[in-house]
This record gives sequence, C-alpha cells and structure tokens, in this order.
Amino acid sequence: MKRKTLMINLAVPLMAVLFSLAVGALFILITGKNPFFVYSILFSGIFGNLYGIGQLFFYATPLIFTGLAVAFAFKAGLFNIGCEGQLYMGSLLCAWTGCVFSGLPGLLLIPVCLAAAAAGGAAWGFIPGMLKAKTGAHEVITTIMLNFIALAFTNYIVTSHFFVPGTVRTPQIAAAARLPAIAGILPGFKGSSLNFSFFIALAAALAVWYILYLSRFGYELRAMGYNPAAGEYAGVDSSKMMIVTLAVSGGISGLVGSNYVMGYKYYFEQGFSGGVGFMGIAVALLGKNHPFGIIAASLLFGGLSFGSLLVNSVVPKEILDILQAVVILSVVVGNTVFSRILLRNSATGDDKPDTQRADAIIGEQVSREGLRRK
Amino acid sequence: MAFLAVELRNITKTFPGVIANNNINLGVKDGEIHAIVGENGAGKSTLMNILYGLEHQDKGNIVIRGKKVRMENPHVAISHGIGMVHQHFMLVRRFTVAENIVLGREPRRGPFTDIRKGLEKIREISDRYGFGIPAGEITGNLPVGMLQRAEIVKVLYRGAKILILDEPTAVLTPQEVKELFLILRNLKEQGHTVIFITHKLKEVMEIADRVTVMRKGAVAGVRQTGETDESELSRMMIGRTVYLETGRKKAEKKETLLELRGVSLEDEKGVKALDNVSLELSSGEILGIAGVEGNGQNDLLEAVWGLKKTSSGKIYLMGRDITRLEPARARREGMSYIPADRQRHGLVLEYSVAFNMALGRQADRSFSHGIWKMNFTGMREKSRQMISEYNIVPGNPGAPAYSLSGGNQQKIVVAREIDRNPSVLLAAHPTRGVDIGVVEIIYKKLLEERAKGKGIILVSSELSEILALSDRILVMFSGRITGETSPDKTCEEELGMMMTGSISMQERQ
Repeated sequence: MKRKTLMINLAVPLMAVLFSLAVGALFILITGKNPFFVYSILFSGIFGNLYGIGQLFFYATPLIFTGLAVAFAFKAGLFNIGCEGQLYMGSLLCAWTGCVFSGLPGLLLIPVCLAAAAAGGAAWGFIPGMLKAKTGAHEVITTIMLNFIALAFTNYIVTSHFFVPGTVRTPQIAAAARLPAIAGILPGFKGSSLNFSFFIALAAALAVWYILYLSRFGYELRAMGYNPAAGEYAGVDSSKMMIVTLAVSGGISGLVGSNYVMGYKYYFEQGFSGGVGFMGIAVALLGKNHPFGIIAASLLFGGLSFGSLLVNSVVPKEILDILQAVVILSVVVGNTVFSRILLRNSATGDDKPDTQRADAIIGEQVSREGLRRK
Repeated sequence: MAFLAVELRNITKTFPGVIANNNINLGVKDGEIHAIVGENGAGKSTLMNILYGLEHQDKGNIVIRGKKVRMENPHVAISHGIGMVHQHFMLVRRFTVAENIVLGREPRRGPFTDIRKGLEKIREISDRYGFGIPAGEITGNLPVGMLQRAEIVKVLYRGAKILILDEPTAVLTPQEVKELFLILRNLKEQGHTVIFITHKLKEVMEIADRVTVMRKGAVAGVRQTGETDESELSRMMIGRTVYLETGRKKAEKKETLLELRGVSLEDEKGVKALDNVSLELSSGEILGIAGVEGNGQNDLLEAVWGLKKTSSGKIYLMGRDITRLEPARARREGMSYIPADRQRHGLVLEYSVAFNMALGRQADRSFSHGIWKMNFTGMREKSRQMISEYNIVPGNPGAPAYSLSGGNQQKIVVAREIDRNPSVLLAAHPTRGVDIGVVEIIYKKLLEERAKGKGIILVSSELSEILALSDRILVMFSGRITGETSPDKTCEEELGMMMTGSISMQERQ
C-alpha cells in the first residue's frame, strides 16, 4: 500500500506537467506559433548546455527554500503564507550584516551572514507563531499582514537609511561574505548565476527531511499536524511547537538571502524576490510537502521561470506563466481525481481508509457527541 | 411469493493481506430483526459496507427482494430501501434536528425549502414509531441517544425499509438502550427489517429474532435466538469458551496514590462540569466511576491528566500537588491515561501502529535517543511485543492505524498505556467497541496491574464492567459525586437509578 501511495505521489505531478504542456501548446497555437518549435527552444535552452542547467538550478534555489518553509509549517498543521515577508527581512538583515561586519574573515563572515538571514526570517515567523499561541490569531491572516509590514519596512530602510544614493538597494556586502559562483570553479557554467547557495538549499532539504522523518521533534511536529488533540494528550506543548515551527519555517525562508544577497548581486534590493515567497506554496503543493519532492518541484518551476526568458522572443512570456498556473491547478484537481481512479481500478480497498480519513476531517464539523470510531 | 429482504450470496472481499469476507452467505427475512455478531475484525462492518454500497465485493452477489442489485454506491442502496446508521453520527451540530433530517432531501416550494412540510413528515414518523424527537432543537444540544434517534429518523425519512444499525448501543446508557429496543420493536411490527451489528450477546438475545455469527471473515453459523444461548454464541464467535469471571482477591488498603480535594471545573460555556469533587485512590485498588455519559466522568480524568484546567481544588499524586500539571509532566510523574475517544486523543490515525505505540512516551529510551533521533529499531521491537501480547490484527507494526478496526485501535491504546508501567492508570471506557475475547485480555491486564499495587480509576458506561472490576464504586451525576458503594453491596439496576439521580444515597440507606 505504501508503494501505491508513492506511485500516486509521483504519477499525479507527472500527469499534471504533461497536461499543462498540452494546454500550453493550445495557447501557443492561438498565438499562431508552432508549439513544437517553442518547446524545442525551451528544452534545448535549458538542457542544451551547462549555462542553461546552471540557470535552471539558480532559479530553483530560492524556490527550494520557500517550498521547504511552507512544507515544514504545513506538516505541523500551520499555513505559512508569510514567506515573502520573511525572506525580505532575512535578506535585508543578511545584507546589513555583510556590510557592517566586513572586518571578519570569510570563514567566519559567511556563517554569520547565513545566520543573520535565517534569524531575520525566523523573527518574522516567530511573531505569527507567538500571536497564534497566545491569542489564537490565525496564522494565515497574520502572516499575510506581516508580508506588507516587512515589505514596507525594508522599503523604508533602503530608501531612507541604508542605501546607495539614487537606487533602492543597499551597498554591496564585503567580499569575504560572498558565496562563490559555480562558474568560477567550473568554467563550463560561464555566464550562469548559479552559486554555492544551491548546495545550501539542498542541505536544507536534507536537514528538513531528517528533522521531519527521523527525529523525535519531527515525530511530535507531525503528530500535532495530523491530530492536535492527540498531540496534546501525548504531551506535546502545542504553543511552543507552533512558535518554534513558524520561526524555523521563517528562518528557512530567510535563507533565500543566501542566493541573491550572498551569491548573486551581493546587495539587497527592493522587490528582488519576484514573488518566490508565494511560489513556495505552489512548490510545496506540487512537491507533496516532501523535501525531495520540493527539490523536483523547484526545478520545474525554476525551469519555467528561466524558460519564460528563453522563449520571450517567440511567444509572450505569459505563456509560461499559464503553464505554471495550469500545473498548479492540475495538481490540485489531480490529487483527488487521479487517486480515485488509481484506487478504484486496483480494487484493493485502499479507498476505505480514505473515506475514514475524510470522516475524520468532516467529523470536525459534524456532531462531536457521535464518537468517531469504527 | 416470499422473497428474502436481503440475500448476500458468496460475498468475498479481500484487503491487502487480509480476507475480510470469505464466501459469505447471509439471508435476512422480511420483517425480522437480524443480529450480526462477531469479534472485531471478523468482517461485520465490511460486509455491511458492501451491502450499503460503501465498498465493493470482489466476488458474489447482492439480492434485494429477489432482484440482483449492483450496489455501486449508497444512493443505489437508498433507492432499494436500504438505510444505514453509522456509529459516528453525520449531523450538522448547528442545524436543528429537522434540518438535519431533511438535509439533501429538502421538501421544496418553488426555490425555497418548505421546512414545515418536512416537520410534518418527521412528526408523523416520530409518532408512528415512538421516537419522540424534538425536531426544533439545535442538534448540538442533544444527548447521544437522541442524536442516534435523529439518525434513524433520517434514514426512515428517506424511505428505508431495511435498516442497518452498526453497533448502535455502544454509546448508549442502559436506559437509552431500552428505549432504542422499544423503537426497534415498533419498526419491526410495522414491517421494517432491521440488521443489527453488535458484539453484545445479551442484547442479541433480547432483541433479535435470528443471529448470524461471523468469525474471521466467514459465517460461523446462523441461529434462532429462541434456540440458542449466550454461551453457545460466544463459543461460535471466538471458537472457545470465555471466562469473564474476574476472580478478584480482596484488596488490602495501602497508601493513597491519588487524592482530589474539592476539585471544580467549568466548561467553555461556564457550566460546572465538575462540582467540588473529592476522592481518594489507594494502591492496589480499582475505583469505578459510574455515571450516565456526560456527567463529568471524562472531565474528571482530563482534569487529573492536565488536559483541562481546574478552577478550584487540589489534586495530589503520592502526596505531591499536581493540580496544574500539563500532560507531558503527568506522564513523567507515573500516570497513564486511556482516553475515552481513542481517535480524537489516543491515536494519530495517519501514523503507523509502531508510531502510535510511541505516542506520549516518544521520549523514552525505547522510542528515541534524545530529541534528534527516533529509535526505530526499539520502536518496532516494542510494538511487536505488544502486538503479540494483545493479539493486534494485522500484526504489522508498519500498518497505518486508520487501516485497523476499531477494536484493534483500542488495543493499541490500552497496550501502550499499560506497558508504560504507571503507578496510577486512568482508564476511560477501556473496552469500548472491543469484542469479548479482547475484553478478557484487557480485564486480565487491569487486574494484573491492580495486583502489582497500582491504582486504577475506571470510567465506564458498562455497568457490568464496573461491577466486575471495581473495589469501590463512585457514582457521578451532573458533575458531583452523588454516591459511593461497592460491587458486593449493589446491582446494575440500583446503580442505574443512582446514575440518573432517581435515588440518592440517603434514600438507599
């Protein structure tokens, strides 16, 4: 049965991607272009040379961070919609640290800057965690609102206090704080912005996977996510868990700063994220909230972002935005539809637990007195 | 020409690794009350789910009144006059009873719901069979027994002639059971057919005309209730004779383990759920708490456990004040708790059996090495040991908990909590929804713990259970302890009256 779950988890996103390519082809036809031609530009542009692959990884890097952040919170039953704000706070603090502590040697400054990025994001995740634990304020609302505050706050800082005149960006961080570009080590990647941050993202995915699935902390976190009442019965301090989870989630978001600030432009610039904080939700969804799935989903969405630049000369880049949207839609729909089809055909009764689980969920709204049991 | 109301022919249904139903033949006559008994996991619920179109057989046919029917889904079942009342009720709390009953089949006048027409029909059904349901009440305010009746009326409202009741008495008080049986007899008299799933043989003998016994996915036999008795049925059910004789030795009073002094607790609405409750639990003692469900017994345990905050009073565990202890500390202090609602509190259904065995004691050495590392090997070993000790089916520690039957889920909780070796065990309905073979195991375990000098608070709606196990019995009524007695000084009838407040201690003496 485990194998079947895995099969669905792989098959659904795959079908979603194929389906969206088909829909995209339709739109390309409408614009009067040949879809095969456009797709061949797309694929050869990405996979045809190391530059393309480098850019693919580069665009995927911030998505891995934000996807992990969303998934980590989700496993605890929390919706972190505030990655955008968290990554802005983290990145700004990262840039500030990289400028102010320029005297430190690289071996020290790089970890300090990474810690600053994580801390800035964590602080911005801590606040909704705290609000939820102490007052019950729903984290969806608070994280969204905090996005606006973070955006306005960083905007204010880079226009009034800490900026290069005539721009909306900070000064460049010290050379010792910069993450090496991959092109500097492997010349084949020349021109690509891919930098060491990609490996930090992979390491983060590995760490999240370990924490969620192999540690006791993760055991308690997921127990709370699945069944808060049982978590509490089992002695999990749900308030503490909420705060810690959202802070960690925010910290992971903040690490986006390692890619842009430490590895690419070497400064913080207003509006740099291009919405990766929100894309993280889609990435987590497509990656089924699993760290490895998130890496794959990030590569897909990263590829589409990069690809939109590649095909821009032939078709409007909005075509690829449509692809992204269709992928997300088909995953959402596909989850239920495909699972149902796959399960029904196999006739092994796996859908029995599914109805039970649905009961468990619906049961929240249904009479409590009706003890939910078999 | 008389057809059988329901005929199941050669039904076979397999789940991965399990044959839930093996070539089952079942015939239910028109207008009879037909009980289906069997242990947990014997395949009763699966069979009924197939009949109701919730699941699909691999092989075999369903014949309704002589016509072969493909039960695609419950809509097909309903259109053939079959209705099912599940153990967990499907009611919207905030709706009135009438709104719940008509939901999905609302009588209409133009584009609007004609609730008055619905009310008339409900009242007619209610009067005809003696349901006496308050159609205008908000559903959430009603006791469990009433909710169940609303479910039955809902099924009748949809025109069901054949009713399937899945363990209908599990959540009811003795009084409510009596009332339910009256209704069932009325239904039968008026030509309805009732299929009644249970594992309580006493009820079978009382209400059913015929009984089909299932064992390990197959039919072990069919009997007229007039021509059999409980001991024969229980032998058919589990293949051997069961002894629920507990054979207790007199408890010798030793030290006080747990003490409550004047504990009060208010629920969300500010109503007193516990009102000045004082009690003492000694080592080597089983203290039974009898009461109609919802009179504060569960609140009492949750307050001791730390899930609910008391508003006044003190709780002492072995002389130490634990009044405001949170559950994590409670566990460390040597208490264990079998919660009343296993799916809500006791289990994470998405987790495997092994993971659930660790729930609440995940910090123990057998289950994790510090906060950063789970001990999967230890967890599996421990689980295997408990699985075999309590005969949990399926015996695979990796199986998700939601795939287990209710009784086996309960076994996980009981095994885990007793295995923790607590000095005080809080047990709420430890045998609820569990078949007689397992009841025997659980009784044995509880008595073993008692013999080791542990103190056990036993909350149960089964009076026979309270009487069989307890050394002392406290009766709770609307949040207060209204009486104390012991098994050798009282009987079920008297306890039942004390529980409903119809006699007080003073009158009794």
